[in-house]
Amino acid sequence: MKVNNIILETSIKVLLFIITLFSVYIFTAGHYYPGGGFIGGLMTAGAIVLLLITYDIKTVSAILPVNYRILTAIGLLLAAGTSVGAMLFNVPFLTHVFTDIELPLLGEISLHTATIFDLGVYFVVVGVTMTIIQTIGEDE
Amino acid sequence: MTNLIILPIVIPLLTGVILIFLSKSIPAQRIVAALSSIAMMAVSFIIVQKVRNDGVQSLNISSWEAPFGITLVSDMLAAMLVLTTSIIAFLCLVYSFKSIGEEREKYYYYPVFNFLLVGVNGAFTTGDIFNMFVFFEVMLMSSYVLLSLGGTKIQLRESIKYLLVNIISSALFVIAVAYLYSVVGTLNMAHISSRISEISSGGMPGILTVIGVLFFIVFGLKGAIFPLYFWMPGSYYAPPAPVLALFGALLTKVGVYAITRTFTLFFYQDSGFLSQLLAGLALFSVVAGVIGAIAYWDLKKIIIYNIIVAVGVILYGVSLMNESALMGAVSYLIHDMIIKAALFLLVGIMIAITGTSNLKKISGLIAKYPGLGWTFFIAALALAGIPPLSGFIGKLLIVQGGVEGKSYLGAGLVLMSSLLVLFSVMKIFINGFWGQPRTFEGEEKAPVKWLLIFPAALVALSALYGIGTETVLPYISQAADTLMNPDIYINAVLKE
Repeated sequence: MKVNNIILETSIKVLLFIITLFSVYIFTAGHYYPGGGFIGGLMTAGAIVLLLITYDIKTVSAILPVNYRILTAIGLLLAAGTSVGAMLFNVPFLTHVFTDIELPLLGEISLHTATIFDLGVYFVVVGVTMTIIQTIGEDE
Repeated sequence: MTNLIILPIVIPLLTGVILIFLSKSIPAQRIVAALSSIAMMAVSFIIVQKVRNDGVQSLNISSWEAPFGITLVSDMLAAMLVLTTSIIAFLCLVYSFKSIGEEREKYYYYPVFNFLLVGVNGAFTTGDIFNMFVFFEVMLMSSYVLLSLGGTKIQLRESIKYLLVNIISSALFVIAVAYLYSVVGTLNMAHISSRISEISSGGMPGILTVIGVLFFIVFGLKGAIFPLYFWMPGSYYAPPAPVLALFGALLTKVGVYAITRTFTLFFYQDSGFLSQLLAGLALFSVVAGVIGAIAYWDLKKIIIYNIIVAVGVILYGVSLMNESALMGAVSYLIHDMIIKAALFLLVGIMIAITGTSNLKKISGLIAKYPGLGWTFFIAALALAGIPPLSGFIGKLLIVQGGVEGKSYLGAGLVLMSSLLVLFSVMKIFINGFWGQPRTFEGEEKAPVKWLLIFPAALVALSALYGIGTETVLPYISQAADTLMNPDIYINAVLKE
């Protein structure tokens, strides 16, 4: 018997965007407020898990055609890359730099290489969480 | 170059990440892994020379001054262990090309192999106690994967035991670090050491002795000391030969290194309780190890129990805390890493030929495989410490240290253990290689000639290490010097 989950499916369409936006907010606010790559990544993964609960694995992988193992590797590469990048300038590993720039609309913004490291963490967390959930889910 | 000493950690890390992208193509994985392994050997060799010429190297990661940031420290002991690790890793890696099987290679064998090296090299090089915990976890998680990869029944059963024991010991590690942090208020190892000597000018306070015992339990569980070795014979029995060689050569030695480091850097002011505990349990491990080694008729079990003997001998050397015993411990530690890897790889070949590890079902191998037989023979002699080979000088120095420290019982036990160790490996040689030649099912398929190159290289290295003692000894004495005088280490890090 096919159950018609119209309420769940409709509310997910709204909720998904709010949760994803909130996770992006938490990720970007990490330097000044509680948050950061780890919790942001978990929350994004949470949003995808909600999708998985509403639909099935095949539909979700059609909506988001991402290989999560590769996503994890990309995240690791970003994190390791920013750390190794410091070595090119002959300063100790993991040394970060930042600069303040003036942008139209957004105003003064501080750009920090630690954000790229955090983005790596974000990708790894999303990748690992989704790999775990998908592998267990696909298991017969 | 500023970042030299972090390269043995960064190279395998980047390689591991790149190999995840290449997981579809086995040849590409092999080439990248082998190249990076060679690069790691070259870099660690340069580090050893650098430490020899310029003294202890330290690097403040992300430019934060010690003790506020994480500091990596490469003294002679760490540098030599990293070099030995990279040599063993390279040989085990190339050995696995023809022995590990496509099934495992497809499922991230090489990336995890590299992550294991990140953990081991990191644990050797770090100068921060919590960072050491993190590197321990990197190493252990990779070892969980390597242990269970393949998914045979015995692997799954032993992985559960291994996992449980190591999770408990990791939790204890965190607790021990928390206690230590609440007493001294710092995590940088050099800074901890100087803080401890500040508060223990009139003898070490009781709480520090307790923390010392806690650290001993933690690292003893990792390093398989009596009575904390109970998990090892089973867990090490499960994985295939190259993984087993890697575990046998590296993992327990990281525990031994950690005990050596913490006991010579943190708890050296202790009035004698800790060193007596260490000496006592080390000697018990020697005894327990030889009993196991002579009791079994199983190739893998015999070598596995020999690890426990070696751990006991090394830690007995550390517990004596005099110059010759420490030199002996360092020398024996490096020797043992090389020779254990060689023996496990050789045993792996024997199992590949015969299809069994039961010694009673094997005989007369020397008729068809003389190269294998004589390599094993030399490896066995090196393990027992016969003079021109590598085990001799380490044991000699430890026994000398024992006599100097008036610990005659210990020195005698170490000597006696050599005899029984020799007996246990000669049992393999005599029963397995001599006697009536037999034919074994599927022996034609074993690529013996290819596989034999790598343990033979290790045995040759061990022989060179023994013959070239005069060349190696200055390095070892420099390593022992840093262990004897923590001030060298502290000054290199804190730069006062």
